[in-house]
Amino acid sequence: MSGLSGTRRLGAAGPVMETRWLIAVGTMVVMVGVVTLALWSGGFHVGRAAAALWNGAFGSPYAVLSATMVRATPLLFVGLAVGVAFRAGVLNIGAEGQLLAGAAAAVAVGLSVDGLPRLVALPLVLAAGTCAGAAWAGVAGWLKLRFGVLEVISTLMMNFVAMYLVSWLVRGPLQEPTGIYPQTVELGAAVRLPALVVGHRVHLGLVLAVGLAVAAWWVLTRTAAGFRVRAVGAGPTAARSAGRIDPARTTTMVFAVSGALAGLGGASEATGVTYALYEGLSPGYGYSAIAVALLARLHPLAIVGTAVLFGALEAGAAAMQRDAMVPSVLAAVIEALVVLGVLAFDRARTRGAGR
Amino acid sequence: MSIDATEFLQASVRTATPLALAAYGELVAERAGVINLGVEGAMIAGAFGALVGAGVGGVTGGFTVAVLAGALTAAVMVFVVLWLRADAVIAGTAITMLALGLTGTLYRALYGAQGAALSVPTLSPVAIPGISELPLIGRALFEHPVVTYALYAMAAALGWWFSRTHGGLALRAVGEHPEAAQAAGISPARVRAMALLFAGAMGGLAGGVLVLAHVGTFAEGMTAGRGFIAIAIVVLGRWSTLGVAGAALLFGAASQLQYVFQSLGWDVPYQLFLALPYLLTLLVLAGTQRRARAPAALGAPVS
Repeated sequence: MSGLSGTRRLGAAGPVMETRWLIAVGTMVVMVGVVTLALWSGGFHVGRAAAALWNGAFGSPYAVLSATMVRATPLLFVGLAVGVAFRAGVLNIGAEGQLLAGAAAAVAVGLSVDGLPRLVALPLVLAAGTCAGAAWAGVAGWLKLRFGVLEVISTLMMNFVAMYLVSWLVRGPLQEPTGIYPQTVELGAAVRLPALVVGHRVHLGLVLAVGLAVAAWWVLTRTAAGFRVRAVGAGPTAARSAGRIDPARTTTMVFAVSGALAGLGGASEATGVTYALYEGLSPGYGYSAIAVALLARLHPLAIVGTAVLFGALEAGAAAMQRDAMVPSVLAAVIEALVVLGVLAFDRARTRGAGR
Repeated sequence: MSIDATEFLQASVRTATPLALAAYGELVAERAGVINLGVEGAMIAGAFGALVGAGVGGVTGGFTVAVLAGALTAAVMVFVVLWLRADAVIAGTAITMLALGLTGTLYRALYGAQGAALSVPTLSPVAIPGISELPLIGRALFEHPVVTYALYAMAAALGWWFSRTHGGLALRAVGEHPEAAQAAGISPARVRAMALLFAGAMGGLAGGVLVLAHVGTFAEGMTAGRGFIAIAIVVLGRWSTLGVAGAALLFGAASQLQYVFQSLGWDVPYQLFLALPYLLTLLVLAGTQRRARAPAALGAPVS
């Protein structure tokens, strides 16, 4: 049941930085071409759309600090979650559910620690989100190790369970007292992540996420635990022959860490952006995460770059809809094309290398 | 308030029809050893294709374009997974994202300006004389749009095809032991390509049913995870033709249960019923995976 040669090729081949960026840039160039063609044939004003996209993403301090970076933050958390999992050959496509579980737990705890000082309350809330995410992924990990259930199926199913759980929470036990809106009351000031720049929406979660990216890079490349993750990603047989590595133990840890990262992302979103729990809290960050991680070739530091890139894309797409009437769902099309493009380029590269 | 068992069953079969169509497509792909996460994408493409086709050629045109649109998404999957040999799970996820985004973009680009909700001609139920008069199950099973009867026929044909034909045997061989199949002169890649195209066409048909037999219009993301439910149905039905029929009916009934509980005045959160299919699938997976008859090559690298 291992058979994850696709991700193995992506993760463990360890291409040099140069090739990695070449693939990323090549993919982007092709995508820009495809999207331009699509816009042009759809009768849209391509120049105006491009200008709106750029202005919405980078055109002003507001665009960067209140749109692009705000969207890049959850993408960085879930991108890391997916990247770490794929590195170990764990096909976690449940980052969306883990993020929702994290957000729900964070809000639930955040509403009940009202009155505690910020330095106590905020870490408590973030920890709750982290643990919930880890537990949500842990279910899939346990099902895999105990019963041999493919994590592709289980993490996917858990996404929907999380979605309906949130739907129930915001209409049931956690609903705001008037019972009109399907959402919770707003979190108190003590459990809100502070803004990084006064007057802008970018918040402390970004710093946290970047710190975790550096930590993930350091652990993966410089520590024994990271070596074990990469060895398991290269295949259980390789892991055993590389030394006394217990693939089951490493896999369990990877599920938990991956879920924890996504859960913390949910907590960061709830305490830094939405300040409440509601159904549309994530516009599919957990699915975009796959594009974020793959375009970065699963490299934690590169994920910082691709998260900002996709954050900019989503911020720009919103502006494009507003100013040039181009539907913002176009961003999802671009993300999907990026994934397919990376898969194709990756194949071309391995073929070129004589595989 | 009383509950009419016949009406409950009839509504269950109605809900189960698109689920079962997509699930039978997925079953064929999985029996050939490929997990096809692009089925949700094929469904939404089919739904959008149905809208476009129905505008030109009525219900028939709608179904034709729906099937073609579903097969088109599968062609992308075939290209990426079988020709480029990319990971099927990632490719399938990307194709679903692509189809959801593309149909949304096209819908707004083509129809968004009109503002008014588009409606298309729909199929009406046809009662089969004689057997639809049977007590309890008569109207429940035999007063449906013709696609439901096509589904019955297809389920029976598929069961026969799997167990009694060379093609079915070849497909199962590829799913269980691709190397042995290859040694026997079967091309796993070709069999899997056909299986994926069939799965795409069935997903497209299922999406067409949503538009042309249920809702009568298109909405962005209207498949709402039904493609993933189809995947769950295949697992729950333990990769057998009969099992898929049972699982699809169960899922159809589960989504109708909320109305039953509502009419009884029981205060059970409706989200529980919506989450039930997924929870059930997880439970069944945990309970039967060791003994389950999953195709052996499922989840292995596809070639």
